[in-house]
Amino acid sequence: MSTAILEAQPDTAVRSFTVTFLIRRFDPDFDTEPRWQDFDVEMYPTDRVLDALHKIKWEQDGSLTFRRSCAHGICGSDAMRINGRNRLACKTLIKDLDISKPIYVEAIKGLPLEKDLVVDMEPFFASYREVQPFLIANSQPEPGKERVQSIAKREIFDDTTKCILCAACTSSCPVFWTDGQYFGPAAIVNAHRFIFDDRDDAASVRLDILNDKDGVWRCRTTFNCTDACPRGIEVTKAIAEVKQAILRGQP
Amino acid sequence: MTVIESPRTPARPAPKRGVNWEKWGWIYMRASGVVLIVLIFGHLFTNLMVGEGVKAIDFGFVGGKWADPFWQWWDVLMLWLALIHGANGMRTLVNDYTSPGVMQKVLKGALFAAAAVLIVLGTLVVFTFDPCPAGSPADLLPSFCEAA
Repeated sequence: MSTAILEAQPDTAVRSFTVTFLIRRFDPDFDTEPRWQDFDVEMYPTDRVLDALHKIKWEQDGSLTFRRSCAHGICGSDAMRINGRNRLACKTLIKDLDISKPIYVEAIKGLPLEKDLVVDMEPFFASYREVQPFLIANSQPEPGKERVQSIAKREIFDDTTKCILCAACTSSCPVFWTDGQYFGPAAIVNAHRFIFDDRDDAASVRLDILNDKDGVWRCRTTFNCTDACPRGIEVTKAIAEVKQAILRGQP
Repeated sequence: MTVIESPRTPARPAPKRGVNWEKWGWIYMRASGVVLIVLIFGHLFTNLMVGEGVKAIDFGFVGGKWADPFWQWWDVLMLWLALIHGANGMRTLVNDYTSPGVMQKVLKGALFAAAAVLIVLGTLVVFTFDPCPAGSPADLLPSFCEAA
């Protein structure tokens, strides 16, 4: 009996282990092509990939370049390709990865690579701006009052309000990889957020913008975007709802 | 008073008016897909399962089917819907895997030509098929022809 209790004792000592990271480096001053560089980092299972990047930058190679701001999955700065999947480095725990093999970390695809894990986000934000992601209302609320909206009406577009513009979805989309003209999932998600908002009066304008050769019809429902979204937005579903709205001619 | 200008103007030109081919292509794929399920499984069922089944298929079986306007229209509908459906699907693959340019135009042109030739020839055959063409040598005709 006593031995059984002894065996059941959990190993309370938190053990660290060495994890190998293969990081796709690119320094525009010296490199013509990106190259893979490996780093061994001492990690705890509860550490995140972002912690590993910090350790490398602070203790091994200060030239490693990546974006991060809040480090808690809100700002959307540190989207990157981790083991071939678009994830936020600050939300990916070491224990959720297979550490018996090296962990591959590279910049998100489909956007111009600037340095190491940093890409030029301008094409992404350009298509975001094009869908006019701001409230356009023809009426004024009564003086001193807000625009009232029922809970049910708010629920319709609740999912797409969660977007943090990290570009994980857009840069996981195979159509976006080959054709940068495609609006991409993130822009459509943010259009969806206003198209289905009953306080907004410009749904038809946005539907017109997305009813384009490079609009929603280029979506192949690959579901890469839904898988990539760190906020759990059902991106492909939102795109399908915009397609339906275009066919109806109204939200 | 300072007037703040409207901050955002569309970055890409307003979409061209006229037929929205991408939209209609998308709708066509879904509509033709549903119809093709009925047509193809109906085709397989009548050819492979009804009566003697697969053993019944020979020159005479096909000739008999194409003597009936019902099966003529069934097969022509299947031919048109399936070829356009397939060619349009291949077109989206070309769009996905090549960048705009000469190669993309050549590939799309080849797809269009292949589909057009097959549709024209297929339609011609289905509506003009005669298992017993007049004036043919008797030894080349199938046994059920009067001349044979």
